[in-house]
Amino acid sequence: MQPTSHAFKENAREALGNANLQKALTLMRSGFPERRAAAIARLPEFEALREEAKAIKNHVLEHLDFYLETFEQQVTARGGQVHWCRTPQEARETVLAICRRLDAKTVTKGKTMIAEEIALNDYLEENGVTPVETDLGEYIIQIRKEYPSHVIAPAIHLVKEQVAASFRATHTELDPNRRLEDAPTLVAEARAVLRRKFLAADVGITGANFCIAETGSTIIVTNEGNGDLTQTLTKAHIVLASLEKLVPTLEDVSTILRVLARSATGQEFSTYTTVSTGPRRPEDTDGPGEFHVVFLDNGRSAMLGTEFQDMLRCIRCGACMNHCPVYATVGGHAYGWVYPGPMGAVLTPTLVGVAEAGHLPNASTFCGRCESVCPMKIPLPKMMRHWREREFEKQLSPAAYRYGLKLWAFFASHPPLYQAATALMTRLLGWFGGPRGRFRSLPLAQGWTQGRDMPAPEGRSFMSLWAERRKNGDAA
Amino acid sequence: MSEARDQILGSIRRSLKRGPLEETQRAGLEQRLAAPRRNLVPARAAALPHAAQIDLFLKMAEEVQTTVMRVARVGDVPAAVADYLSQRNLPSRLVMTPDPQLDDIPWGDRPMLEIRRGRAEDRDQVGVTACFAGIAETGTLMLVSGPESPTRNNFLPETHIVVVRGKQVVASYEEGWTRLREKAMPRTVNFITGPSRTGDIEQRLELGAHGPRRLHIVLIDDEAAS
Amino acid sequence: MPPVPIRVGLFVTCLVDLFRPSVGFAAVKLLEDAGCSVEVPAAQTCCGQPAYNSGDKADAKTIARQVIDAFDGFDYVVVPSGSCGGMIKQHYLELFADEPAVYQRAQHLAQRTYELVSFLADVLKLERVEARYDGVATYHDSCSGLRELGVKHQPRKLLASVTGLSLKELPGAEICCGFGGTFCIKYPAISDRMVADKAADIVATGADTLLAGDMGCLLNMAGKLTRLGKDVRVRHIAEVLAGMAGETPPIGAGRPERG
Repeated sequence: MQPTSHAFKENAREALGNANLQKALTLMRSGFPERRAAAIARLPEFEALREEAKAIKNHVLEHLDFYLETFEQQVTARGGQVHWCRTPQEARETVLAICRRLDAKTVTKGKTMIAEEIALNDYLEENGVTPVETDLGEYIIQIRKEYPSHVIAPAIHLVKEQVAASFRATHTELDPNRRLEDAPTLVAEARAVLRRKFLAADVGITGANFCIAETGSTIIVTNEGNGDLTQTLTKAHIVLASLEKLVPTLEDVSTILRVLARSATGQEFSTYTTVSTGPRRPEDTDGPGEFHVVFLDNGRSAMLGTEFQDMLRCIRCGACMNHCPVYATVGGHAYGWVYPGPMGAVLTPTLVGVAEAGHLPNASTFCGRCESVCPMKIPLPKMMRHWREREFEKQLSPAAYRYGLKLWAFFASHPPLYQAATALMTRLLGWFGGPRGRFRSLPLAQGWTQGRDMPAPEGRSFMSLWAERRKNGDAA
Repeated sequence: MSEARDQILGSIRRSLKRGPLEETQRAGLEQRLAAPRRNLVPARAAALPHAAQIDLFLKMAEEVQTTVMRVARVGDVPAAVADYLSQRNLPSRLVMTPDPQLDDIPWGDRPMLEIRRGRAEDRDQVGVTACFAGIAETGTLMLVSGPESPTRNNFLPETHIVVVRGKQVVASYEEGWTRLREKAMPRTVNFITGPSRTGDIEQRLELGAHGPRRLHIVLIDDEAAS
Repeated sequence: MPPVPIRVGLFVTCLVDLFRPSVGFAAVKLLEDAGCSVEVPAAQTCCGQPAYNSGDKADAKTIARQVIDAFDGFDYVVVPSGSCGGMIKQHYLELFADEPAVYQRAQHLAQRTYELVSFLADVLKLERVEARYDGVATYHDSCSGLRELGVKHQPRKLLASVTGLSLKELPGAEICCGFGGTFCIKYPAISDRMVADKAADIVATGADTLLAGDMGCLLNMAGKLTRLGKDVRVRHIAEVLAGMAGETPPIGAGRPERG
């Protein structure tokens, strides 16, 4: 998927005017925060668990090589295989090779952001393998040829009428006059259509929320059960995982699981938390014949030891974007690539470059709400600021903006000059502001005054008034 | 092994400004993995006596649209299952895992239940399984795969009935892991908390997305007598 | 009253300095009424946040050093803004993490720096103010004050003591108004939408007055409310707590006719 992050402003403008999207975002913007707050209120240990989860992940990152090696040993011991991929292309080729060897025609997919990151679906199709998304949200956007707008709710930007229209256009074998007005009917139709796909699939691909070094297990977390049908019924289960998904033990993952669902949707626990360890055993009567874990680096190892290392603690819960006031107005597609919202603002420049994705860490007020709800206590605004520092060094922001800032900084570091200038400016603006007390329009401030008035200054600067009072003996 | 593997591990080490871990460090980490320790376990279930844990287990399960039924004895299970199905106009034909935990139940007491022991197929509407444990903390069922408990039986049928024994109820996931470590790690461990659901259409909760639309627990309260 | 007056250095902030000196004088009154002696160091301009948030660490450091120098030696440094207060109290430490000598001095300053209302309630342990304001007010929690400095219950507590004022809680009080310093300049359309949502929440409370502790938020929200033709008086909380609301028109409202 080609990023359009460089067009964030245009994307955002379009998003602001998209009635269906705005309706969907209104539903989202209070729902998620309320549900999360309710779940946390029921668990007194939540804050302590956040600290523990952060500590576990930090420990893993400091010893990531050891945990990856251990994980691989365990997977191999149980008859599975680990593949190491540096780049998206290596990962795509690895997956295709497995599919080809097994003569796979169709592949069912559980939700995996890594597959989006490496643009796997298009590649498989080009090479004669048909991928079928099975997570309902992912399925909907697949048939609409869109990409996900949220890390856990990919189709959240749509209203049900849009879904119904897409089903009618795609499920052409069904009665065109059937009613598709409400959510239950849509879900029932998707269930029937996809159940046939599950049964026919040759290979199942899922992501991994976590990879457990102790046992060589991968874990997926779903509410639908699609990831389970994907991996249980097929010849092979391929797991796509980025390097940082490692967790040491089953006890450690239990700690992190406790903060995951509560942060994501406000559930106590997701409906299906599934721990997969190797291929089916000789005595089993179901399960995949092969188990493959495809590890993707694509910049993760380079993030270690840098000011962006903390980003590797992310467990893809989506709490940050659920609480982000910017995301709440423009939705996920505006961010222009796989990962939206605050976590996308930090991660995307690493993966596609700051020249392409520079807008993302800039389109934040640093309100800090994301960091306050992140179960892994990731300092998201701080890392967005680091991106801004990198951009400043490379002089990537618009010239007018940089010069304006330079001018301000110059005056601000010369107080007598500053105070003389501001004494004058405030008088001028105060005078022009007139009895109305505000400006409907201001040169150089059109962005502001297009939608808002600019209140007029009172007409004198505080510092000049204070200096006057001191001279007149009014103040100390 | 492979060039990519070496490069990735090398890149990690370069970023962390060190070489491969020294022996003592490795040993320490291996020891940590060999004897896993529990982190903080919430008091919610752990602080309760067992009978109260069972109550909590069922209460939490009901919160997520699982239906529950308590029976006093093994002999009461067939009636409980038959009644559940007839009350909802569900078929009395069901697939049951070959799990030995279900063997001592007198299914013959309800002959209208047509039972096939084996692996579920897509045509099966109702499935009955046992389980490995019930986690009181969140009303979660822990099921493990094996020759006598194929994973697909938990997912294919639209109605999933799970027979749970009181002594299988534990406080936390950690206790489930402790019990499971007494055996070999199975291919699949399913933690199931309620029936299948989605909020993907206008964030409205709908049940039965891909997995079962109905999840029913029949709990044999074998401690109730004591 | 304490035997020796507490010596407070007032960091007035660039927006108060430029747009609304009344807030500065209200802060002085509140501090003096509470028994502090207040000085306003002349060599102050800005806290450096615009440069810092734009990734310009060098300029941010220059301005920050200036602030550290100018505010050396006070018992406390008080700021009528959560945003500038947070910059001094938290971000100066990040800024100088690689310069131990300045870091030490930044720590010294950070420990003495407080947002105004937090200083009154948390340090001076003020339980009430002697002020009157007739109206129904709603309060917006500015993000930095809330999340960096823990300013939440203190404004509500002190407002509760203002005679004649009833407080109506603002739904979504903790949601950003869309000012964000440089953000509203770089992404004005998004900023405008955010403040439109905020204005709708404010109007829906039925309150006749909007209060907050940060001039950036206040200019933003007032500008939107007047553009929408809404009759909500917007003020900095200091003006109301100091009983000085009668002395100036609300933010964005007209001055009384001259002459």
